Amino acid sequence: MPLKESPLDPARALQDVVVPAGEPWLGRIAKGQFFRIVDLEGNQAVDTLFFDAEDPTERYDAALTIRGQGNVYLTTGTALRSTENRVLLTIVADTCGRHDTLGGACSRESNTVRYGQHTKDMHACRDSFLKAVAHAGLPLGKREINCNINFFMNVPVTPEGKLTFEDGVSAGGKYVEMRAERDVLCLISNCPQLNNPCNAYNPTPVRLLVWAAGAA
Amino acid sequence: MTATSIPADRALFEELIPGGGMWSRAIRRHQTLRVVDLEGGANVGLLLYNRDLLLERYNMPDTLKAQHTAFLTKGRALYSDMGRILCSIPEDTCGWHDTICGHGDAAATTARYGEKTYQQHRNELQRNAHDDFLIELGKWGLGKQDLVPNVNLFSKVTADLDGTLRFHEGASRAGSFVDLRAEMNVLVVLNTCPHPLDPSPRYAPKPVRLVLWRSDPPAADDVCRTSRPENARGFLNTERYFV
Repeated sequence: MPLKESPLDPARALQDVVVPAGEPWLGRIAKGQFFRIVDLEGNQAVDTLFFDAEDPTERYDAALTIRGQGNVYLTTGTALRSTENRVLLTIVADTCGRHDTLGGACSRESNTVRYGQHTKDMHACRDSFLKAVAHAGLPLGKREINCNINFFMNVPVTPEGKLTFEDGVSAGGKYVEMRAERDVLCLISNCPQLNNPCNAYNPTPVRLLVWAAGAA
Repeated sequence: MTATSIPADRALFEELIPGGGMWSRAIRRHQTLRVVDLEGGANVGLLLYNRDLLLERYNMPDTLKAQHTAFLTKGRALYSDMGRILCSIPEDTCGWHDTICGHGDAAATTARYGEKTYQQHRNELQRNAHDDFLIELGKWGLGKQDLVPNVNLFSKVTADLDGTLRFHEGASRAGSFVDLRAEMNVLVVLNTCPHPLDPSPRYAPKPVRLVLWRSDPPAADDVCRTSRPENARGFLNTERYFV
């Protein structure tokens, strides 16, 4: 997996926030701005959705994104495409090397299928997404929360068609950076999943940074 | 029941869908929709919704991660976004149905095949999956916001070790079929437009036959229920919904 570093200096970022595990984050990234997600402690799943800021009903489309590049994994060079097949953002740097967009976000309902009824009351990403959009005053709801990106998650698909959540390929300090190609909204759930070995059963905080257009 | 025959007293109706065609219909819990690839090489874009609450719909990631698979075949289930099973697949003679590639739109279809409008070609016009989905979804009060990554029946796409997608031509032979057994009251929305990665330079979508038949509820030893512990729990969630 080829890795690519970014020249951008965190000291010059316009925004620099830490999102604790289990919390959502909703932010706006203007066209041309750079957006970095840092996996502070390693192997944290950052469940992420993007929307066109002018018309949020146009949203990230996992199938168009992987078909557009002919590859199931996201990394440097990947164009993150919308439901209208327009590019919302481009990944411009990636020190992790591979990100998933097939595994989706955890929910309390799907947890009961994957792990059993005893997990039905555990905090989950789709609840974070719903809470965030319910408070946002945007024309978004459950219909728009479908297939997301799992930054830093390693979900390999084998040539035989097997799909598994493997130990992460990420580590503390690894990051992925995107350039917004349109004004976009970003909705993150910093995943609270406690039943999956891919994060060593230990969800951790992530850092988000935004730089001005033309910064790199 | 054999893999190929449906008893005459159980068949409810059948219908031929031409290549490029579209169809939607509510089917009742424990009815089975058999989709038959008549000529080989068909593609059927498929979406499922809970007929009683259309907000609940097929979810690709939940389907894949529950069953540790990137494709569908016999013994697997199509999950909703609420931890329930919309349809299961008790029988399948094709072996691989694509879940990850989505569908083509007008721009992609024109770019690949050129334009073929109604004005010039009447009902031989060239259709695309995106618009076919939107037309049928519209009849149920659904629209773009409800259009999610779909299944492509009869199409096989694999990922190489580095993730590169590979379309397998001729993966479905003439006469192959898949049974979709409704585990809830479901709205089925489908079309027969080409798979978006089909490299054929010619627009020649294939017809399919749909046969709706009265099947039995899944038994305790049903192949879909027992194929994975996750599916046993998915069936339980679904059966609780109807208590």
